[in-house]
Amino acid sequence: MTTIRIPTPLRAYTGGQIEVSVAGPTVAEAITELTTRHPSIKPHILQEDGELRPFVNLFKGEENIKDLQGLKTAIAEGDKLLLIPSIAGG
Amino acid sequence: MSIIIPPDLLAKIHAHGEQAFPDEGAGFLFGSGDEDRQVSAVYELPNAREDEARHNRYLITPQDYLKGELEAERLGLDVIGVFHSHPNSPNHASEYDRDWAQPFFSYVITSVYDAKAVESRCWRLSEDRSQFLEENIA
Repeated sequence: MTTIRIPTPLRAYTGGQIEVSVAGPTVAEAITELTTRHPSIKPHILQEDGELRPFVNLFKGEENIKDLQGLKTAIAEGDKLLLIPSIAGG
Repeated sequence: MSIIIPPDLLAKIHAHGEQAFPDEGAGFLFGSGDEDRQVSAVYELPNAREDEARHNRYLITPQDYLKGELEAERLGLDVIGVFHSHPNSPNHASEYDRDWAQPFFSYVITSVYDAKAVESRCWRLSEDRSQFLEENIA
């Protein structure tokens, strides 16, 4: 299993869980499992086309998946995914 | 919907905005609560935007975000919001602020005129993301 760490502002959509365990050989499948189990989180992390929203970062360990293979990035048992919101404004 | 910010912590938020002037300064609010909240600590962070944009934009890096969230956990608190300053501008949330806002978070905005903090107001994104709702600072 892989764990996804949920940031504070999105924990209301996972019943307060800080981490959610998911399976799946790729990040895309892990995210699909997360959004299937917790549907209300979906609009906050994915666009309608299924891509990550611009203000959501997903790290595999210390690497942003944008610098890997994006949603196609492979994950293995014990990997930790971190959902991290972009905090910005003006 | 209200947020309690003790005077010493509000003073820290204002001091951070004054030090950052003429750039925007930002950081996290640590605390607890849901509809009504209590700020128990503030966590100042560097503005990661490029030099020429810092006067009207702020950015907190993913690395600093994670560092802040882990520090809040260490203190037994949650990250409940973000504070930032508006140099020589009113403390209204801008469209740009709304575009980038996270659900749940409280956004404290401090107007800073000529390096002097004037007033803070607090905003929270509506669930449908269509508007910011003002939270009363107590």
